[in-house]
Parts: sequence; C-alpha cells; structure tokens
Amino acid sequence: MSPVESRFGPYGGRYVPEVLIAALDELTAAWEEASADPGFGAELDGLLRDFVGRPTPLYLAGRLSERVGRTVYLKREDLAHTGAHKINNAVGQALLARRMGKTRIIAETGAGQHGVATATACALLGLECVIYMGTEDMRRQRPNVERMGLMGATVEPVEAGARTLKEAVSAAIRDWVTNVGDTHYIIGSAVGPAPYPALVRDLQRVIGDEARAQILAAAGRLPDRIVACVGGGSNAIGSFVPFVDDADVELIGVEAAGEGLNGRHGASLAAGRTGVLHGALSAVLADEDGQILEAHSISAGLDYPGVGPEHAMLRDTGRARYVAITDTEALLALRELSRLEGIVPALESSHAVAWLLGEGREPAGGIDVLTLSGRGDKDLAEALAGLERLDADG
Amino acid sequence: MAETGIERIASAFAAARAEGRAALMPYLMGGFPDHETSAAVIDAYADTGADLIELGVPYSDPLADGPQIHAAATAALEAGARFESVMELCERVSARVPVLPMVYANVVLTLGPERFAAALEAAGAAGAIVPDLPRAEDPAVAGALLERGLAPIGFVSPTTSPARLREIAAEAVGFTYVVSLTGVTGERAELPPELEAMVASVREASEAPAAVGFGIGTPEQAAKVGAIADGVIIGTRLVRAVADAPDRDAAVDAVSAFMADTRMAL
Repeated sequence: MSPVESRFGPYGGRYVPEVLIAALDELTAAWEEASADPGFGAELDGLLRDFVGRPTPLYLAGRLSERVGRTVYLKREDLAHTGAHKINNAVGQALLARRMGKTRIIAETGAGQHGVATATACALLGLECVIYMGTEDMRRQRPNVERMGLMGATVEPVEAGARTLKEAVSAAIRDWVTNVGDTHYIIGSAVGPAPYPALVRDLQRVIGDEARAQILAAAGRLPDRIVACVGGGSNAIGSFVPFVDDADVELIGVEAAGEGLNGRHGASLAAGRTGVLHGALSAVLADEDGQILEAHSISAGLDYPGVGPEHAMLRDTGRARYVAITDTEALLALRELSRLEGIVPALESSHAVAWLLGEGREPAGGIDVLTLSGRGDKDLAEALAGLERLDADG
Repeated sequence: MAETGIERIASAFAAARAEGRAALMPYLMGGFPDHETSAAVIDAYADTGADLIELGVPYSDPLADGPQIHAAATAALEAGARFESVMELCERVSARVPVLPMVYANVVLTLGPERFAAALEAAGAAGAIVPDLPRAEDPAVAGALLERGLAPIGFVSPTTSPARLREIAAEAVGFTYVVSLTGVTGERAELPPELEAMVASVREASEAPAAVGFGIGTPEQAAKVGAIADGVIIGTRLVRAVADAPDRDAAVDAVSAFMADTRMAL
C-alpha cells in the first residue's frame, strides 16, 4: 500500500473547512486500500476495456506530421466513451464511491465533458448524480447538458460570479460540506484538496502508460516530447507522469492564453501567482490582495483560474515546460486538424495542436506524442461562430 | 504592560461568565454594504453589549459561507473593501471589545504570515479566524500570531473525529470555534441534537472556552446554545439585517434591536 501524496513540493495540501477533513481522511484511506486491491484493479480495468473502449489508439497522424515537419502521434482520448479522457477518472471514482458505501455523487463541470462522464458512470453503477454547472457554460455546451439529463443526472445551474467552472466547483464543495455523510464528490481535474490531485492523476495515468507501451511498439523508442493541454491539468498529468523519470522526454503543457497574456486568460502557470484555490496551494490567477480573478478562455474546460499542484511543482523544478495559446490560435488549429486528419478536436485539445503547428515545429525531425484529450462535437456551435468572425475580420 | 489579545479574549469570556451567561459574539462583513455602514454596524455592536466581535474580511471564494455571506462579500469587494480598510474597522472598536478578523487562507498567505499578523496587531485585533486553514496545514500562520500574543482560533465540527477533537481542544488558544452543524454558514430552523455532547467534549479537553457558531438565527436559539456553551456566534442573521435595511440608520437600528433581544435572552 503506497501512501497518497498530500504535497507536491510546497504545493497541494488541504485548505478546506474543518467539516471536510474527516471525509478527506476517509477518501485517502479508501484510495490507498483500493489501489492496492487486485480485485478493485481488475474491476476497473475490465470497465475501462469493455465500457470505455480502452486502450485508445495511438495514431500516427501522417498529414499533420508532414505539415509540422516532425513525426506526430495522437493519443486518441477523443475516442474514449463519452468523447474525452474524463471518463477514466469518473468511472474510477464512481467505483471507489460505491466501495465506500456512498449513494450520492456530485460533480462540477465546465465544458460538460466531466459532467457527462460522471452522469455516465453513475448510470452504469446506479448512483444518484447531481452536476453543478455555471449558466454561461450551460449556454456554451447545450448538447452536454441534454446528455446529462438523458442519463438521469440532475444539472444544478450556478449563477454566482462569471457563471463558469470556478463557481461550479465552489457550489459542489458547498454541497459536499453539507452532505458529506452519504455523498462523494467526483472532482473532474487534478485539483482540489489532497488526496484529489493524486487520486485523479493515478486514474488518468492510464493515458501515459498506454502511450508509452504504444510508442515503444510503433517507433521502437521513447518520444522526444509529450504535448498536452492544461486547464486543471488532468489529461496532461496523466500523460506526463509515466515519462517523468525519462529525462530525455520533454514534457510540454499548453495553457489558455485567451485574449492574450496581457488581457483576460486562463494561464495560471505562465502568468499567475502562488495561492490557494479550491483547497490546494498552487498557481492561481489572483490580484495583489489574494482575491481570485475570473479566467477567460474560449474553451470552457480551460476557463479556470487555477491548476493542479503537481503541475506547479513540475514547472518550478523545470521538469515540464508550460506555454500558452490564444483563443484565435486554438480556433484555427481546430479547423486545421479537422481538414488535415478528419479529426475534429475539442477546443481544449486544439490548444495543444496549435502549439505544435506554431512554435512546436522547431526543432525539425523529432517524435511527438500529443494527447488529444477530447472530441470537438460539443464545441461546434462556438467554434463555427468564432471561425466565422475570424474569417470576416480577414 | 498591556494585556495580550489572548488575555483580552479570556477576560471577555470571564466577564460574561461572572454575569452568569454566555459571551455574545456578533459577526459583520467588513465593508458591507459600504465602508461607512459597516463602521456604524461595528460601533453598534460595541455599544449594544458585544463581548467579542468577529469581523469578516471579504473574499471572492468563501467556501465555508452560505449564499447570504457570500453575496455580502461580493458586494463589499465591489464597494471597494480591502484588507486594509477592514483593519480600519477593527481599529475603531478594538480598544473596547476584542475583535477577531475572519479571513480566508488565500488573503492571509498572499500577505504572508508575518505581515498578516503584524497588521492585525497594529489594528488591535485579539486573534484571527481562518476557516480554511485547518490545524497543522500551515503552522507559520499560527506561529506568527502567537508570537504577538494573538489567538489563532481552531475549529471543530460534527464530523471531527473524537481523537482530533481532543487534540484541537487541548491546543486551543483564546477559544475553540465549534461549528454547530455539517454545512456552511446560514440560519437554520433547528440546531442538531448532538451539539450538546460535542460542546461538552470540547470543554472537557480544553482550558479555553467553547463558542458555537453556524446556524444560530434567533434569540431563542442563542439562549439554548448559551446554556450549553461559553459563547454564541451570530453571523448570517445579522448580515441579513444589514442587507435588508433600506439605509444606514435602519441597519444600525436592526442590528441593535437584535443584539438587545439576544443579550436579554442569554
């Protein structure tokens, strides 16, 4: 039984009201036990294979490779059931919740992908499900709201603040503070108080574990770079962690530069400060008084003023490098990948693609694995409107 | 040598006990709905017999608070409230009544433990209540407060394990903040039946008094809690009185009337 980390360097911890401490202790113990239990592992692996459709392919993207002058493999999380990597975490935590005897599940969602994944896992296991979602995100991600309802989940609209992901997380935490006895909170990213950042990372490292075996089989060697988008950072940390000890593999996280790093953005690592958000010490967007600022990104999943604490540590130690891509660059990359490969990426994943199409072309000739965290169906309306504006502006 | 903040808190509880009642600790949101009104409200608390005062520093993401106090924090920030302006409110009455600023961890850590504690000391505060900084999460904050004779207030809640409760109560300085219920701040129709046992456990394990907060919204509830605890903390009910008042005088009248009724009931 390996202990679950509470801190990543100075980051992480449990900055929460006392009411939640017992539940976090219970969750830590439950995960330490379950992750060492072969029975639990076998059940999870079985569901990931037969229900989620894992392993997802590692696809050699020929026309994209030609365009950027490097060999690019896409880790196809967009092909996982429900269309994004979020399902890996949702199924794992729902199984854990059932094992802990919890009957009610709550979650927050921004883009709706985590909400859909959680609603899916709850339908699968027969658990009651309540999803908190900002009303601005409900507007941007209408199809996902409908999918959650169809699977029997209740979507609770959140009206506070900018009505996006930050407020949805806060609403979910307040629900948890009140109903902690029978309720498990399935947080959707590698953020939040310990043990969540470690728990979510452990459940998402299946992405990197598979990619490592697949690239060794396909290319006969490790890649030169791993590239993934970073909002809270769960697909990125899951992609990075199996390669952290391979010093020659560069780890690149791509944040949302929104309207530009001098304007409104979501790049906590590139342009934030150290602070506490949603129970963890990490990089956050805050003013000089410590008030949390509203983030901005065209992608609802990256529209968050914080990031997982392990990323903050990887940034400080220099093991990973974090870059940022604007709304415009992401939109153009969404179209570019659609035309080059017949794959419509989520706006979140489009940030990673955009970096590769730009700065990431240098140096020529290496091998990259890019995690395509989700598919873009949910973003069509937003993306088409955005592209139309760009085309009109020339 | 002047009394330390910790000693002043002890004196306030002792004075109430000498009168055969629990200490009354009203809460206000600093800067809500504007600086001047909250100045009038904190003066009114001191005038109407507050034994101690909990002074909220507005924060953008107050996870321990319900909708009423969250909305008040948002409004206070929009009206221009900052940590420094709330410390001015503290300074107004801190010579008359021990004041405990209630500040979320990110505001504390952004200032840094030393600057935070020094600012509280300069404003005459008696201690600090940081609701999202559990025991042992960041010892530097408690250390900086204790060095200046200020009380870092610890919390226990209905979900706190018996062993942890004993540890927190045994280490308590000033008083132990007993969260009456599993939830966020806000008025409730009824208080949980387990409260009495929880308060008794805290008092048994501690030299310091036990004050109960969260959910207390009427003088009758305050009296019930006052019969089993050393202190009664009232927040949301008073913030609502300020929010509902049409102007500053009405706000002062409303909180003064509630304070008088509650002091009478205790």
